[in-house]
Amino acid sequence: MNKYNKRRQQTREVKPPKYLKPAKSDSRQNTVAGGSFMDKLNAYRDLHAHALFSSLGRLVASPFTSIMTVAVLAIAISLASGFYLVLVNFQQLTSHLETSTQISLFLKEEVSELHAKKLADGIRNKPEVQQVTLINKEQGLAEFKTYSGFGSAISALKTNPLPIVIQVLPKNSLTDKRQLEALLHEFQQNVDVDLAQMDMQWLERLQSIIAVGECAATILNLMLGLAVLFITANTIRLELHSRREEVIIAKLVGATHGFIQRPFLYAGLWIGFISGVVAWFIVTAMMLILRSPVETLSSLYGGNFHLVFFSFTETLKLIGISSLLGVVGSWAVLMYQLQHTKPE
Amino acid sequence: MLKFENVSKRYQETGEVLRDVSFHLRHGELAFLTGHSGAGKSTLLKLIGVMERCNKGQIFLDGENLSHAKEKQIPYLRRKMGFIYQDYKLLQDRTVFDNVALPLVIAGFGHQEIGRKVRAVLDKVGLSGKEKKFPLALSGGEQQRVGIARAVVNKPPIIIADEPTGNLDPELSSEIMSLFESFQQVGVTVFIASHDISLIKKMNHRVLKLDHGQLVSS
Ligand SMILES: Nc1ncnc2c1ncn2[C@@H]1O[C@H](COP(=O)(O)OP(=O)(O)O)[C@@H](O)[C@H]1O
Ligand SMILES: [Mg+2]
Repeated sequence: MNKYNKRRQQTREVKPPKYLKPAKSDSRQNTVAGGSFMDKLNAYRDLHAHALFSSLGRLVASPFTSIMTVAVLAIAISLASGFYLVLVNFQQLTSHLETSTQISLFLKEEVSELHAKKLADGIRNKPEVQQVTLINKEQGLAEFKTYSGFGSAISALKTNPLPIVIQVLPKNSLTDKRQLEALLHEFQQNVDVDLAQMDMQWLERLQSIIAVGECAATILNLMLGLAVLFITANTIRLELHSRREEVIIAKLVGATHGFIQRPFLYAGLWIGFISGVVAWFIVTAMMLILRSPVETLSSLYGGNFHLVFFSFTETLKLIGISSLLGVVGSWAVLMYQLQHTKPE
Repeated sequence: MLKFENVSKRYQETGEVLRDVSFHLRHGELAFLTGHSGAGKSTLLKLIGVMERCNKGQIFLDGENLSHAKEKQIPYLRRKMGFIYQDYKLLQDRTVFDNVALPLVIAGFGHQEIGRKVRAVLDKVGLSGKEKKFPLALSGGEQQRVGIARAVVNKPPIIIADEPTGNLDPELSSEIMSLFESFQQVGVTVFIASHDISLIKKMNHRVLKLDHGQLVSS
């Protein structure tokens, strides 16, 4: 080492140029760019905006992969949300039927028509009861003839085999099953009543089927949610792999994990969001196709049943949840992979 | 500026690569690190950038103990160093401008400031007018200048280069070396690993020599 050089180095050391004076106090100081607070805020906002749109740009730049991913995700999401919507419609159907729960009292053979009328009036005065219809033997027979299709056979009978029937419609407010059963029990105790029957057993069955359906839907939705999570995670993993070089170089020039993650998280957000929107359209299209046959069916049964579509909040939830799954899926894979991507 | 105190590094696969290395680089010094291939030069430089951790000893950069740095601190430490590589490590799908701007984007500079700084540094390394080009459209010497521009754009107090002229012919090599000298002249510490003895001899700077992981002269 020559003397001149050594001297030069020493003078340099005493007086480094101002702009090079390194920040001694805090290693983070270097990250703070020059300029005012507003400049930094703008720079930060620009970074996010850039990550948001460049990640979308990347998805568009590889349309085949993106379309495949979004298609698979959209089908999974539309299965989940479509199943949910079917259940919502069934629930709506049973809530219609619940209002028509009624109790039929088959009176004993020996009860006279006059006595039956008195009994009916007594029941009509009960607070739990909304409406009472008395069907005498002749009415019952006439009804049976028209609806059963055994008209001529019944005409051949010498005596009327049918009992007098009192139909009781409980008040709407009486939705609690126990209250209904108490009322039924009371009728069963009546000496004039041969048989008291609630026309609700099939409804109960339907409701328990729906309960099974709800349980199945929860499981299915969880599984499909996981599928969405894994599919996004895998897509992001592949994307991360193809940009490995870039990640390593960014790390070498001082990028934090947060900085490196950002565009990938936005990519996950986009994938989830777009898949959610596509799923919404798929399910809505299916419901539109189903609408006219369902309404024809409903009118055949004299019902006024209308298909329920996604409400506004349900739409927001659907898209929100799929976007969230996209972000969480990519976040999970980034947490794992970035730890293992060491710069060489 | 940079201080090694009895530093040892052992790789699981290859055993001890650096043994008891101690030296001290002053502010604004330019020094070469030389030695045969496999002597441990690259490993030593990786310890400075905390790409690898040492097993024994301590490393100080500007008074800060690198061997105790937490994972979270490492990005901020690296922003104080400008690394230059033999293979340039440029992003091939980004323009020269974007490559050089990367450290500034990461550090959170605003648009206009980035533009100003990048143009200034490209001018300095003799690449003005090429900012819209892609790395593959440039010659090797020009690509290395892009790498250098990226390393110095955020004005780090120390520049660390691993065989920066390894892929270049002698003429381009001495051009690159005089670029390094010009950085030293404005007070930057420069540390260059190279096994190009003839080039090093011509330049009259401090030389640290590694032999099988041990510092044999400094
Ligand atoms: N990541 C690694 N894992 C295991 N051994 C390594 C690794 N990097 C380098 N080595 C070994 O360390 C020794 C020194 O390598 P290196 O520092 O690259 O030397 P130089 O740069 O002087 O040629 C070599 O024997 C090499 O095989
Ligand atoms: Mg090497």
